[in-house]
Amino acid sequence: MEIIAQRPKALTKLSFTYCPGCLHGVAHRLIAEAVDELGLNDVMTGVAPVGCSVFAYKFFDFDMAQAAHGRAPAVATGIKRARPNMHVFTYQGDGDLAAIGTAEIVHAANRGEHMSVFFVNNAIYGMTGGQMAPTTLPEMKTTTSPYGRKTDDIGFPIRVSELINSLIAPYYIERVSLLTPADIIKAKKAVKKALLYNKEGRGFTFVEFISTCPTNWGIDPLKSREWAKENMLPFFKVGCLRDKGEGVE
Amino acid sequence: MTKVLMKGNEAVAEAAIRSGCRLYFAYPITPQSELIEYMAKMMPKVGGTFLQAESEVAAINMVYGAAGAGRRVMTSSSSPGISLKMEGISYIAGAQLPAVIINVQRGGPGLGDIQPGQSDYFQAVKGGGHGDYHLIVLAPSSVQEFADMAGEAFDLADKYRTAVMILADGMLGQMMEPVEFKPAKTAEEIEALNSQHHDWCICPNVEGPEHHHHEINSLEIDPSVLEQHVYNLYDNYATIEKNELRYESYNVSDDNEILCVAWGTASRIVKSAINELKVEGKSIGMIRPITVWPFPYQEIDAAIGKNVKKVYVFELNMGQMLDDVKIAVNGKVPVDFWGKVGGIVFTPAEIKTKLEECF
Amino acid sequence: MKAEIICAGFGGQGVLTIGKFIAKAGMAEGKHVSWLPSYGPEMRGGTANVSAVVSDEPIASPIVSYPDILVALNQPSLDKFGPTIRPGGVLVVDTGMCPHGLKRDDIQFVAAPFSSIAVEIGSMRVLNMLAIGAVIGRTNIIKYETIEEDLTAFLKAKNPDLLEQNLKAIKRGIEIGKL
Repeated sequence: MEIIAQRPKALTKLSFTYCPGCLHGVAHRLIAEAVDELGLNDVMTGVAPVGCSVFAYKFFDFDMAQAAHGRAPAVATGIKRARPNMHVFTYQGDGDLAAIGTAEIVHAANRGEHMSVFFVNNAIYGMTGGQMAPTTLPEMKTTTSPYGRKTDDIGFPIRVSELINSLIAPYYIERVSLLTPADIIKAKKAVKKALLYNKEGRGFTFVEFISTCPTNWGIDPLKSREWAKENMLPFFKVGCLRDKGEGVE
Repeated sequence: MTKVLMKGNEAVAEAAIRSGCRLYFAYPITPQSELIEYMAKMMPKVGGTFLQAESEVAAINMVYGAAGAGRRVMTSSSSPGISLKMEGISYIAGAQLPAVIINVQRGGPGLGDIQPGQSDYFQAVKGGGHGDYHLIVLAPSSVQEFADMAGEAFDLADKYRTAVMILADGMLGQMMEPVEFKPAKTAEEIEALNSQHHDWCICPNVEGPEHHHHEINSLEIDPSVLEQHVYNLYDNYATIEKNELRYESYNVSDDNEILCVAWGTASRIVKSAINELKVEGKSIGMIRPITVWPFPYQEIDAAIGKNVKKVYVFELNMGQMLDDVKIAVNGKVPVDFWGKVGGIVFTPAEIKTKLEECF
Repeated sequence: MKAEIICAGFGGQGVLTIGKFIAKAGMAEGKHVSWLPSYGPEMRGGTANVSAVVSDEPIASPIVSYPDILVALNQPSLDKFGPTIRPGGVLVVDTGMCPHGLKRDDIQFVAAPFSSIAVEIGSMRVLNMLAIGAVIGRTNIIKYETIEEDLTAFLKAKNPDLLEQNLKAIKRGIEIGKL
C-alpha cells in the first residue's frame, strides 16, 4: 500500500491539544514537514513561548527549550551561540512576541541573529482567555477591551513584520495566511524558505502567520476564517516584505 | 605562576575564562563595568562569545539558552540589574540548568548608589525570584577569593545542575590585590566540558545519544508532577547542604568573649578590629560564612564558646544575614547587630568601638 | 611595616596611577598590597582618590581612614584628607595647586610646586612620577629600583624617551622627598 500522507518525523506521537479549529496544529505541521524535507531533524532545535503554544516543546520531535514569556529570541540566541552547529527557531504568539517580548525580538532581528522566527498573529491572547493583544484590531472586543479597542486610548495594532522590516540586518521577512488551503500551500513555501536560509546560515528569517482564535473570538472555525479574511488581511497585508536571497541559487 | 595586581572585576572574568567559560552575556552597569569590558576584550581572543544584550532580562535568558545547550556560561551585574534577572534565574532553577551569575552589589533600594553594599543578601539566599528554589551563593572577601570562586562556581553548577551566584560588592570589584591564577583549561578539557551534559542538553543528535528529544523546561502543568519535581530539587539542595558548606573560622577559641559573624567585605573590616583588640588582650572570634547558602548554622552554634557573652553581627545592610545567625544561635546568647547602609562602608575603628562597648 | 596611603587630586592628574605603581612595587617586593579607587561620576574630571596599603601582614581592610601618607594634588583633596593624616605621617603636597595649604604641626611636609616642576621636566604627564619619587625619597616604603624595573619592562621598547622622562621625574621627586 502506498503511503500518501503521514505524520512528519519531526513531530512526536502526541496528539495536539489545541482547540477545535485552531491553526497552531497547521503551523506546527508546516514547520515539521519543512524540517523533514530539509533533513534538519538531528540538528534542529526550537524555542516554545508562553501562550497556547507553550506545549510546542512536547510536539516537535527534536530538542526544545521552553522560554519565559517573550524571551524566546534571547533564549534562542543563547542556544545558537552555544551550539553553532544547531539550527534554531522560535515559535511565538502575538502577546509573547509583540507585547512583553518586544525588546527581545527587535534586538535579535537587529543583530541578524542566525535563527528563524515563526510568529502566529491571531489578534488576541488565547491561553489566558481572550484578552487584548498588541495586534487586536480597532474596535475589536476582547475580555480586556469589552467596549472594543479604542485607538485613541490604547493605540493601533502593531504591524510586526513591517516593524522588523525597518531594520537592516534581517535576511527574509514574509507575512502569510493560514486561512485557506491555497494560503497554507504558500505558507509552507515561506516556512521552508526560512528554514532553508537558516540551514545555509544566511541570517535572521521571520515568518508571520495570520491565524484565528475561534474559541476566544467566539466564532465557529469556518466563520472565523471568513472574519479574519475580512478584518485582518486588509490591515495585515500578506506578502514578502524582504528576501535578500531572491535570485540566489 | 606569578602574582598579578588586578581589580576583582577583571580577576573574576579572567578566572572564568580559564575555567572554560566561553559564553558571556551581560548588560553594562556600575560598579561591574570592568567585568563586562574585560570579557568584551578577551572572549574573542579565546574563540568565545561575548554578547552585550539589550537588557538584563535578555542577558539572563541568553544564559538560560546557552546553559540549556550544556555549555559553561556566565552573566554578571550589580544590584538593580540582578533584580531584572530574577525571572530568568527562577526559570534556570526550575529547569535545573548550570550557570554562574555574579552580583557586584551596590547600595539600594531602587537605583540606590554605586558604592559597595551587602543589601542583596535576602534576594540571593531567600529566593529573589518566584517559587521554591535555592542558588548556591558564594561570598568572597578578597580579590584572590573572588577569582578562585569563578572556577569553583562552574564546578558546583555542573556537578549539581544548579545556578551559582557569586555575591561580591563594589569594593571587591573595584579594588586591586595580588592574584595568582590557576592554569587555564586546555582545549581537550574544554571539549570534555562541552560534552559533559549530552545526556540532557540541547545538542545535535550526532554528538549525543542516537536520537533524542531533550526538553529544557520548567513547566509541569500537572500539580502532582510539579510537586515531585520540587521535591527532587530539594533532595538536590539537601545534598548540597551536606557536601558544600564552607566557612572560615577566625581566632575562634574558648577564650572568646565575643563571637562575630560577618561575610564578604564586612568580614575583612571586622578582622582588622579583632586584630587590634587582640593586642589589647581582648579575645574575639569570628565566623565568616563563605557559602551564604548553604549557611553554617551548626558551625556558628558550635563556635559559641563557654565565655561568649554575645554574638555580634556586622553587615553592610540593615540586618539580613542577622536572621540566619539568630536561627543558628537559637537564643543561647544575645545577638547584637550593627550595620552601615547606602554604600557607606564601616571602618575598622568604628567596629572596634562597637566591640569595645561589649567589654 | 604597614603603610596606608591616600592619593587624591583632580581626575586626569594620575592619582590612581600613583597608587597603582606603589602597590605594584610593594607586591614585587613581596609585600601584601591593596588598591582601592574612588569610582563612578568622580572619574569624569572631578576629584579622584585612591587608597593603597603596603604591608608585611595580610591586609584585613583596604579602606584607609587615617593615612600614614597623603599625596594631595589639589586644594579640595588637601582640605578633605589633610586633617586625617596620622600624627607623624607624611604629606606630599603640590604647593602650586594648593594655595591655602594645611595648618598642622604634627606631620612631615614634602611641599613643592610639583606641577610646575613636571612641566619643567617636559610634561604634566610625569606629575605622578614626581609624586611617587617624593614618597620614595621620604619614606622608603618601596624601592626606586623596583619602580624602575617595572617602568622599563613596560616602556623601554614602546617609548624609550618617555621612559627617560619618567625616570628623571622619579629621581627629581626623590631629591625633593629627601630635603
